[in-house]
Amino acid sequence: MSDETQESLITDEMRASIGRESEPTTLEVDKTSVRMFARSVGYTDPVYYDEAAAQAAGYRSLPAPPGYLGTPVFNPNRRSARPQGMLEPSRPLKRVLNGGTDVEYLTDICAGDILTSVSAVSSIEERKGRLGEMLITTTKTTYTNQDGEVVAIMTGTGIRY
Amino acid sequence: MGASWDDVREGMEIPTLEKNCNTQQLVHWAAGSGDFYQIHYDHNFAEATGLPNIIVHGALKHAFLGQLLHDWVGNEGRIKRVGCSYRGMDFPDEDIHCKGVVTRKYEENGEKLVDLEIWTENPEGTRTSPGSATVQLP
Repeated sequence: MSDETQESLITDEMRASIGRESEPTTLEVDKTSVRMFARSVGYTDPVYYDEAAAQAAGYRSLPAPPGYLGTPVFNPNRRSARPQGMLEPSRPLKRVLNGGTDVEYLTDICAGDILTSVSAVSSIEERKGRLGEMLITTTKTTYTNQDGEVVAIMTGTGIRY
Repeated sequence: MGASWDDVREGMEIPTLEKNCNTQQLVHWAAGSGDFYQIHYDHNFAEATGLPNIIVHGALKHAFLGQLLHDWVGNEGRIKRVGCSYRGMDFPDEDIHCKGVVTRKYEENGEKLVDLEIWTENPEGTRTSPGSATVQLP
């Protein structure tokens, strides 16, 4: 079977999903989750654990450490836990790898903030690589705080093979 | 005290952050990040998917690079951007050296900024998570 004659892994449904915004998700940044996240990374800076230390350093409350926004909000009653980028390709791919993460921070994110995030697939590419057929999906998520300010933009790359 | 923009030179290395995760830290991270994929804590599950061992979460290495930058800039500086690709696997109980080199020092919109090349390195010296970042310094 020649590779050239194989149909694209990317279905019309997948192509149509590019740029389509997800339903918004609400993320309450709270002290317990900031502490737990900071501990799991191994931070010792008291600003991530102690309100007084955070305020003395100029933050409104415990700041969210870099990477904190990757935490998904769990909802057992949501129809599908899969983001839109995970629509089924024309041939099944079994495995998933996280390809990379890029986050732009526009202003401080602190405990007490209520963020709204909206995601959209920005590109879907297919490639033949070391792992065989691969689908590379780039997703952009924008986080806006309770004052309507965009606080961060996260770009994630997912690889299926 | 964090770094001061005046003291930064292009080409300078920032202090290395040394990490070495045991499986307990990976479980902490699973809870802290909400990523409960079993390849990161269940050895049998990891092997059944073809992996040689449990692997360290990519996003944890991204967070380590965030800590590398935070530890350098302190609380008077700010991290403006952190990005990395996950190119190679890291395993529990192995050293992960988190490193950075200043690639550019400049001012933009009244902010004193520094761009860096950042990466995690395994015991063989392979860069398993190469990336880049921008920080603002006082």
